[in-house]
Amino acid sequence: MIVAGLEPRAEFVHWWFATGFLILGLLLLSEALVGPEIWGRRPWRRYLWPGFMFAMGVLMWPVSTFFTNSTIHMVAHGMWAQVLMLAGAAELGVARGKLHSQYWRLTSALGLAASGAALLLHEQNHWLFARAAFLHHTLGWTVLVAAVFPLAQALRPRSLTASLGFATTFVVIAVLLYCDRDVAPIFGHLSFYAGVPHR
Amino acid sequence: MSADIAHELIREVEEEHPDAWTRARVRILLALGPLTSLAGIAWAVLQPWRLTLLHPHAQGLYWLLAEPPLYVVLVGILFRLVLAPGIVADLEEPG
Repeated sequence: MIVAGLEPRAEFVHWWFATGFLILGLLLLSEALVGPEIWGRRPWRRYLWPGFMFAMGVLMWPVSTFFTNSTIHMVAHGMWAQVLMLAGAAELGVARGKLHSQYWRLTSALGLAASGAALLLHEQNHWLFARAAFLHHTLGWTVLVAAVFPLAQALRPRSLTASLGFATTFVVIAVLLYCDRDVAPIFGHLSFYAGVPHR
Repeated sequence: MSADIAHELIREVEEEHPDAWTRARVRILLALGPLTSLAGIAWAVLQPWRLTLLHPHAQGLYWLLAEPPLYVVLVGILFRLVLAPGIVADLEEPG
């Protein structure tokens, strides 16, 4: 109960993670624009977004641990923590030169596909139940379809379209997460069972 | 003309007149941060009640910490000031 009293609202946590995804998106967009050679000219820059992605995975664990209002939410957040850490760690290995295969980018494809599936599976309400439900569906399909970008990067590492698509995915995730509210209508619809909306 | 002199001349020309694609990338990179900040400012103008710092009385700690439009503005400013200059310098520097 003490923890429940100190816990931030879910929407606050979503906005904090949205900021993380926005930073990731900007870093990936920059790398896509200049290419990996120029991006890697300063060694610290190579570790920037993989390290950030790994750190976001680590930070997802407290969310999984403390936001236990439903088992399926807890499992979904735990899974996002794992896939973020896996993709981040694989990219850190590539940046460090310990891993060489271009196919390590498949960990990002796996992460996006699994995240999209988890988003869709753990949202049990229909699209127009409330804004949060709508965003879960939208995020789920967006992320699931966007898994094609890292998949394409694994097959064609120099594809500008694939790398721009991968980067843009994180900006879109950020925008959608910023739109989240605990209880709010979506296009004028709000289920009676969703609760009382606040600002 | 020796190969070295020709190579040097090409390099000088490239330095003075970077190709259109490089110039476009430089512009986009320098615009990413300001555009992000602009989006945050637009959000703050459209939904001023999201900025609880404007009316902090009787707000809880988390409501005061959660200022999403400001986060977006800050991310844009930091990107423009901290990261973009180095990336642009590397992009304009001949390989």
